[in-house]
Amino acid sequence: MKLTTILAGAAMAIGLSAMPAGAQDYPTKPVNYIIPFNAGGESDIAARLQQPVFEKLTGQSMVVQYLEGAGGAQAWSQLNGMEGDGYTIMGTNLPHIIMQPMAQEVGYKTADITNVYMFHYTPDAIIVPAESQFKTLKELVDYAKANPGLLTFSGSGTNSANHVAKETFDRLAGVTTTYIPFSGTSPATTAVLGNQVQAGFSYTTAALNQGDAVRVLAVSADERVPSFPDVPTFKELGYDMTGGAYRGVAVPSSASEEVRQQVSDVIGKINADPEFIQKMKDGGFVVIDVPYGEMEAFMAERKAEYEETAKQMGIAQN
Amino acid sequence: MDKLAYLVDALTPMNLLLALVGVVAGIVIGAMPGLSATMAVAVLVPFTFTMDPASGLIVLGAIYTGAIYGGSYSAILVNTPGTPSAIATTFDGFPMAKRGDGALAVSLATLASVTGGLVGALMLMFLAPPLAQVALAFGPPEYFWLAVFGLTLISALSVGNLLKGMIGACLGLLLSMVGIAVIGADVRFTMGSQVLLGGINIVAGLIGLYCIPVLIDLVATRDPHLRVSSESGGFRLKEAFAITMTEKFNLVRSSLIGTIVGILPGAGGSVASLVSYSEARRSSKHPERYGTGEPGGIIATEAANNATVGGGFIPTLVLGIPGTPPDAVILGALLVQGIRIGPTLFTTQGSIVYTFIFGLIIGTLIMLPVGLLIGRYAYKSIVSIPKSALVPTIAFMTVVGSFAIHNNLNDVAVMLGLGIVGWLLNRNGYAPSPIVLGLVLGQIAEQGFVQSYLIGNAQGNVLGMFFGRPISMAIVAFAALTLFYPLIAAAIGARRARKSPTDITVESRDGRP
Repeated sequence: MKLTTILAGAAMAIGLSAMPAGAQDYPTKPVNYIIPFNAGGESDIAARLQQPVFEKLTGQSMVVQYLEGAGGAQAWSQLNGMEGDGYTIMGTNLPHIIMQPMAQEVGYKTADITNVYMFHYTPDAIIVPAESQFKTLKELVDYAKANPGLLTFSGSGTNSANHVAKETFDRLAGVTTTYIPFSGTSPATTAVLGNQVQAGFSYTTAALNQGDAVRVLAVSADERVPSFPDVPTFKELGYDMTGGAYRGVAVPSSASEEVRQQVSDVIGKINADPEFIQKMKDGGFVVIDVPYGEMEAFMAERKAEYEETAKQMGIAQN
Repeated sequence: MDKLAYLVDALTPMNLLLALVGVVAGIVIGAMPGLSATMAVAVLVPFTFTMDPASGLIVLGAIYTGAIYGGSYSAILVNTPGTPSAIATTFDGFPMAKRGDGALAVSLATLASVTGGLVGALMLMFLAPPLAQVALAFGPPEYFWLAVFGLTLISALSVGNLLKGMIGACLGLLLSMVGIAVIGADVRFTMGSQVLLGGINIVAGLIGLYCIPVLIDLVATRDPHLRVSSESGGFRLKEAFAITMTEKFNLVRSSLIGTIVGILPGAGGSVASLVSYSEARRSSKHPERYGTGEPGGIIATEAANNATVGGGFIPTLVLGIPGTPPDAVILGALLVQGIRIGPTLFTTQGSIVYTFIFGLIIGTLIMLPVGLLIGRYAYKSIVSIPKSALVPTIAFMTVVGSFAIHNNLNDVAVMLGLGIVGWLLNRNGYAPSPIVLGLVLGQIAEQGFVQSYLIGNAQGNVLGMFFGRPISMAIVAFAALTLFYPLIAAAIGARRARKSPTDITVESRDGRP
């Protein structure tokens, strides 16, 4: 079994390394990959995992840059002003690019972002400190039902993936809890570890870093996440919740159909690299494949889902 | 002492070379306003992927240490903090340089940085797991009060002109609120512009408010930029060493404050140096000299900000929670390398961790000779370059530095705009420091306040949240002490004066410059 995987990997490597010389003429120079968040976050780590594979596959370098600010809006509002030749690509995040323009004027509309590939998501996860009274999700829900509004959840940002997850969970479980936004995943996790809040909405990736210090009550993936074999999914527990923060790659709207397809193809190839998949799995990421051709349907589906939650959150519809 | 075995691992020629290169690169990047320690580390992370994990960590740690220290050069020599951690270094560093003691100031900064860095690294080595609990004990109310404590420094910085200081601080607080709020996601004070959505970048603000007024004044007056001291040349190392020895309590206290504040995710080097500056001033025999070129001020800030390097790694390595922004980048680099950070790291990957800590110590020690050499060169070139060449060079650097923040011109525009506003305010007696303090601490204070309120509200105990927590109350006590210290000191002086009439003349002569 091991031998076959090695052989498969080797065959793949040979096949792929032969490819750039052939039919493709993209990329022929370094590609700038703009991340709309600070270095060190999930978006950055995922990009850093893509970087070496991109260079291995194409022989060109990938330059990761950071254009953080306004929860990503700073970068997304500038995306269409950049050159659409395929050598400037930008990371995009869901629900951010749907929720932000829905809530207020942030300098871009969801339709302005030309997503060409969604390559992974980090499932939402409810975490509590290891010594918490809540051993299972049921205990937490019972407590929330008995004490409306008393249960505090930390999370990263307002109108963010964590916020959406918390509101969705409230709706599905029929409880009222209090969301305390923090300026990032790290401070939000710190608040859980330090018992400043009773629980946190976080991601599998962040929970993984804490080892035994936190207990994960549930994850919102379709099936159990390999890094947390013992943690049930929300679905198993009767809450129809899957997803989390989706991350993808977008190009400026001036990019031609051909360029869009080329970028989509390259990201797709990275996503098929066995070593990349393994590293992503180890990090708690769930790799998905939504290429350019399937993007419209995927976005429409997500949009309908988030709109329902947005109504509940009282976000003004523009 | 099984840890010593790892010292041998750290001492390979390759690692020593990497530490040296890292420190030099860090110092140069840190000295450029706009190029921060975070950026230095982020840019160099990809190069470490090909190294083995320990070497990669050593080079990143060395760059980080070097950059935090390098920020003091531009603070001292051109009144512009190279990194936000060096804000408080300008308070006394630039006045010292102005009166001809630039070389002395750089030597003091070097000695203090090395000491602070060593204290931080040693705490990381021996006390990391228990100290990491500090990060967890600090909740939103503590952050709120810590920011308020930092803001009390305004009263000290604007002696004789409290009203203008307060107005400046309010302006800074307003500036800190520009953009999309982290909590609530409201869009505030952007005047319909997308450029301001992300808020006023602190580094752009620093460059504008500190550096532009200096440049305009350089052009507008005939005075040389810095006076050259009579015995120019030399490090004045002996003198610096003697001063450091008399300030040894200040040095140790500031290093400890730096380590502790460094542990707090969301505080960082700027808060650490401001708090220790404030404490140094309060406990000094001559608080009135602070802000006019007092060596103790430089020692306090530089010891503290370098101590945050070691301190910041404590929660990073023990809890997997980055203590400072550069730690977040390094944490990301470790994850890419496949190292699992977190509670088990010290036991399962001890060799990497301890090799890294020794690497950090080696890097800090290398900083002493390297820093003195580069510092001397920097000072000499700043002094000897004619003004007509110096001004355009610095002006160019301010533009490059603010452009580099996000690779776009928006931050340059913000920098120039704030610079001109800062210059006008400066001419009317409003110092830049209260504005900068408001800008830096406003976010921390606001988030802490709103989070505390939300949690308190959920539990039906808002007052208890703000006033019922022991650590909070200790910080409040220190803040009150700092705020009212001038009054308390005066009261004590008056009582003493009643006892002996001769003392009063001595004290008043002492007390007022």
